[in-house]
Amino acid sequence: MIAAIDIGAWFETIYAWLQNAWANLSSDFYLNFIKEDRWKFLVRGLGVTLEVAFFAAIAGIVLGALLAIIRTTADKAGRLRFLNWLAKLYITVVRGTPVVVQLLIINFVIFSSAFIDAVIVAIIAFGLNSAAYVAEVFRSGIMSIDEGQFEAGRSLGFSYGQTMLYIVMPQAFKNVLPALANEFITLLKETSVSGYIGLIDLTKAGDIIRSRTFSAFFPLIAVALVYLIMVVVLSAGVTRLERRLRNGAR
Amino acid sequence: MAQGNPLIEVVGLKKYFGEVHALDDITETIYEGEVVAVIGPSGSGKSTFLRSLNLLETPTAGHVRMEGVDITDPKTDIDMLRQKMGMVFQQFNLFPHMTILKNLTLAPMKLQKLSEADANARAMALLTRVGLADRAGAYPAQLSGGQKQRIAIVRALAMQPDVMLFDEPTSALDPEMVGEVLEVMRNLACDGMTMVVVTHEMGFAREVASRVLFMDGGRIVEQNTPQELFEHPKSERLKSFLAKVL
Repeated sequence: MIAAIDIGAWFETIYAWLQNAWANLSSDFYLNFIKEDRWKFLVRGLGVTLEVAFFAAIAGIVLGALLAIIRTTADKAGRLRFLNWLAKLYITVVRGTPVVVQLLIINFVIFSSAFIDAVIVAIIAFGLNSAAYVAEVFRSGIMSIDEGQFEAGRSLGFSYGQTMLYIVMPQAFKNVLPALANEFITLLKETSVSGYIGLIDLTKAGDIIRSRTFSAFFPLIAVALVYLIMVVVLSAGVTRLERRLRNGAR
Repeated sequence: MAQGNPLIEVVGLKKYFGEVHALDDITETIYEGEVVAVIGPSGSGKSTFLRSLNLLETPTAGHVRMEGVDITDPKTDIDMLRQKMGMVFQQFNLFPHMTILKNLTLAPMKLQKLSEADANARAMALLTRVGLADRAGAYPAQLSGGQKQRIAIVRALAMQPDVMLFDEPTSALDPEMVGEVLEVMRNLACDGMTMVVVTHEMGFAREVASRVLFMDGGRIVEQNTPQELFEHPKSERLKSFLAKVL
C-alpha cells in the first residue's frame, strides 16, 4: 500500500512539472513569436536571406563560369595568360580570407562613402566570394571531360567556344552538380553573417528577438530549423535534377 | 595510280615533341578519290601525321594545304576547313549527353544552318545506310563498340566532308566487331570517298586501299599500291614489319 501511494504522488509531481513546463513553453512561444507580431520579423529576415543568397548565387555562377573559362582556356590553349594570372590571384585571395572579413571590407572600405543599400553590398560580397569557389568547381568539371570530346567537337568544325558551349560545358555541368549544390548550401548558410553590416537577415532577426525577449531557445531553434528546411528542400531539388540529367550518361 | 586532283598537299611537315621527332620532314599528296592506308609500328608518327592534316596537331614546321588553302596559315579559318574533313577516332568520342540522332544533327544544324527537319532527314538516311536507324533515340552508352564507331563515322559524314580521316578506327574494338566497321568503310570507299586511314588491319589495307604508306621514325619509308607493297617490300624495315604483323 505504501508503495502505491508513493507512485501516485510521484505521478502527480511529474504531471505538475509537465503542466508547468508546457505553460512556460507556450508563454515563451507567445512571447517570442506572437507578441508584437515578432514572427513577421523572422519572415522579413528570411526574405532578406533568400534575396541575398539567390542573387549572390547567380552572380557567383556567372562570374565563376567566366573565371573557369579563363583558367581552362589558358591551361588548354595557352591563351589569356595575363587574365589567367589575375583569375588565379583573385581565387587565392578570396579563398584565403574569411567571408566575414571580405563582407566588412566591401562595406566599410570599398563602399564606405557610397550610400548603397546593405542588401546590394551583401549580394556583391557573397557573389564575389562564391565566384571563386564556383570557378574551381567548374574548372574541375571542364578538366574532367575527356580530351577526345573536345577534339571530336573541333574536328567537326566547331570553334573553341562552340565546342565548350555545346559539348564540354553540358557534360561538365552534370559532373559538377553535386559539388555546385554543396557550394550553394554553403553560400546560403554563410549569408548568416550579414548582420555584421547591419542587415537584418534571418539570423539577425532571430538574434534581435532573443535580445528583446531574453529567451534564447525559441528564436534560435526556429532560425536553425528554417535554415535546415531550406537546405533539405534545396538538396531534394538537386537530387531530382541530377536524376533527370543522368539519363543516357555512361 | 589513277589520280584525281590533289586534295591535301603536305609539304615539309615536321612535328617535334621536345627531343622526339614525331614527324621528320614529310612531303606527300592525297588525291581526290584515293583511299590511302597508313601503316607502321606504334610510335612511327602515323597518328601524328593524320592529326596534322586537320590541325589537331600543330606542326612545328611545314605546310598542309587542303583544296589549295594553307591550313597552317594562322589567317586561315580552320573551323571552316575542318567542316570538309571528317574525322573518326579510335575511342569513338561520341557525345554521351546526346541521343544518337542529336550526335548526327548537332554540327549540320549549328554550322551549316540546316533546319531540324532537314538535319533529321539527312541523319536518318545515314543511319539507315549503316543499319542503325532503329537506334536514333538511344544514347551512346547503350550501344556496342562497333555500333558506336559506325555512328561516329556517319556523324562525320553528316557534314558531307570532302575527305575522311580515320585514326585507328578498329583498334579499340572487340575482335568480333571489327568486321562491321570495316564493312562501312569499305562501302564508303566504293562510293568514291577520299579516305586516309591509319590502321593495323593489314587485310583492309590490302583489299580496300588504293595506296599504302609505310611510316617509321617519323618518315614515310616506303609507299606503293597494296599489291606491290605487301608482295614485294623493298626496304628492310618494311620487310621486318610485315614479317611481324602478317
